[in-house]
Amino acid sequence: MSLGPYFLRPVVRPLSRRALLAMTSGLAAALAPGRRAGAAGTLEIGFLYVGARDDYGYNQAHAEGAAAVKKMPGVKVLEEERIPETVDVVKSMDSMIELDDAALLFPTSFGYYNPFVLQEAKKYPKVQFRHCGGLWTEKDPKNAGSYFGYIDECQYLSGIVAGHMSKTKKLGFVAAKPIPQVLRNINAFTLGAQRVDPKITTTVIFTGDWSMPVKEAEATNALADQGIDVVTCHVDSPKVTIQTAEGRGLYTCGYHVNQAPLAPKGYLTGAEWNWATVYRNFVAEMQAGKPLPNFVRGGLREGIVKTSPYGAMVPAAARAEADAVKAKLIAGDFVIFKGPIADNTGKQVIAAGVDHGQTDLWLEKMDWLAAGVIGKT
Amino acid sequence: MADLGAAGVALALFGGAIRASTPFLFVSLGECLTELSGRINLGLEGTLVCGAMSAYGAALLSGSPWLGVLAAALVGALLGALHAGLCSLKRVNDIAVGIALMVLGTGLAFFFGKPLIQPRAPMLPALHVCPTCQFAPLRAALDINPLFLIGVALAFVLRWGLANTRPGLVLRTVGDSSEAARAMGYAPLWVRLWATMAGGALAGIGGAFLSLYYPGSWNEGLSSGQGLIAVALVIFARWRPLACLFASLLFGAAGALGPALQSIGVHQGTYLFNAAPYALTLAIMIASASRRGTRVSAPGELGAMH
Repeated sequence: MSLGPYFLRPVVRPLSRRALLAMTSGLAAALAPGRRAGAAGTLEIGFLYVGARDDYGYNQAHAEGAAAVKKMPGVKVLEEERIPETVDVVKSMDSMIELDDAALLFPTSFGYYNPFVLQEAKKYPKVQFRHCGGLWTEKDPKNAGSYFGYIDECQYLSGIVAGHMSKTKKLGFVAAKPIPQVLRNINAFTLGAQRVDPKITTTVIFTGDWSMPVKEAEATNALADQGIDVVTCHVDSPKVTIQTAEGRGLYTCGYHVNQAPLAPKGYLTGAEWNWATVYRNFVAEMQAGKPLPNFVRGGLREGIVKTSPYGAMVPAAARAEADAVKAKLIAGDFVIFKGPIADNTGKQVIAAGVDHGQTDLWLEKMDWLAAGVIGKT
Repeated sequence: MADLGAAGVALALFGGAIRASTPFLFVSLGECLTELSGRINLGLEGTLVCGAMSAYGAALLSGSPWLGVLAAALVGALLGALHAGLCSLKRVNDIAVGIALMVLGTGLAFFFGKPLIQPRAPMLPALHVCPTCQFAPLRAALDINPLFLIGVALAFVLRWGLANTRPGLVLRTVGDSSEAARAMGYAPLWVRLWATMAGGALAGIGGAFLSLYYPGSWNEGLSSGQGLIAVALVIFARWRPLACLFASLLFGAAGALGPALQSIGVHQGTYLFNAAPYALTLAIMIASASRRGTRVSAPGELGAMH
């Protein structure tokens, strides 16, 4: 008998929605007699992480979201860490589905989406897959989807604070790979700083992968050697970058989660995720038998991202300017990528008078670096 | 602050050689000892990672980074003893045991290291060689960790000791011909046990440097193959400690090349420069393998089946 999980996948079988509602209202035992004791009314949800889930970074942000889901009634959360962005993730998804009857999977790393998540979604049409960071389109399976946050809003605010704090007018950015999300963060950070002083530059160093501790430390040192005085990053665990920068006496802006405890002297502010909002919504909709959205995005306004509290060294002027922009972002009347914007090869990428608001999918295909960024995609 | 430009790259290479070479140095000196006794311990990557984790844990619990270094050395010696013990059994292949221990070492480290990713352990101090330097990048490049100096001194001590002392001679005899050593009244298995334990202890200390100084935190991507590269270095260095030192400095500098070039705005071949240490390993292996008489200086018993 495998009625339990069968009924639990109402999204692709609309007819069974009623059955699901019946189950959740206490008739579960009668409808789906004990396939596995106690498993019948439980929604099994799998979280897949590319690194350790307490890494002070990307994976920790997701694990905090998973922890929020664990507190919801009627769910069982499965977690697996350190899954490479290779066929390994297929094996992990297979075993969560086949062995644990997972009905909803969150493969959280960027490289999982294409081809692995898409493949699995075709193979298991009754399981729901929601991937972090991918770009779901109408051509993709309907039981797959993607979610992401407009964290560049927070990066823009970090850039404003960095612009106020920098004396050398040179900022640094330690980045893993030149993919659209990373480039969007670099550009937003730079545009935020240039709002304070248009002459400010951001030097980018790509380390080549999401977790390269020695290379990240070398990159931070190289930036410090070039006279850069504020550093931020987009790697899986900012711990090494933030600590190394603190050791060199630089200011830092955090990423993923709050790294203030790692850098009491230099931590200005930071861009953080708040995945709990997204995950709780997905799970609640699944439990209510509603179809899950395929494409979820949101920023400060939707509570998917947030900023770290300002460090004590951040002066009132910087706070006031960042807070004012933040209020506008929350109200939804501020556009970061507002023309005219030229890229760093001199080509105009956004014409004067053209606004690319946050929901514009064009931004998710970003392949350019703004003028003032020293680096190459 | 002055714009350094290209001079900054040279300085970064110099600083990188000092900052990043220490793990290579300790692992390669350790492997040098082990291989001179006639055994290959490929498990030093696992020992390095396990040492890094133990050092971080011990430093965190005791509050003293130097106790962390000691713990790493002990754990390394234990793993070395395990390797030597298994290899002393008949018809056991040292390379296969090494690979098994590499997996065991990293697995143990990841398992016990879980709760250590978040907390901050006390770090090893740096010696400020030039605290009065006006020029900040130079001042930073000259912040030297005592372990680096110990490693450099050790290379010279080993160079001298292998050539001029009785234990050095015994080690080399065992490595070249266990028959001859036995005829002289030495027990090759015991000599190899000590040599492998010493090698493991040194690799463990190399790991302590990673987690307690540079980059100075414990996480699972910490080593990214540095232990394996160091084992390859020993062949490049022809089992000579001073050449190990030179090769380690070269690899430390190679790791700094990619980030340093990007920091001055050179973006061509980013991926190639980032892969410099690995490409260099490959190039060295090809160069040293294609030369005639490669194995002339290799210990005679290396790779022999017992």
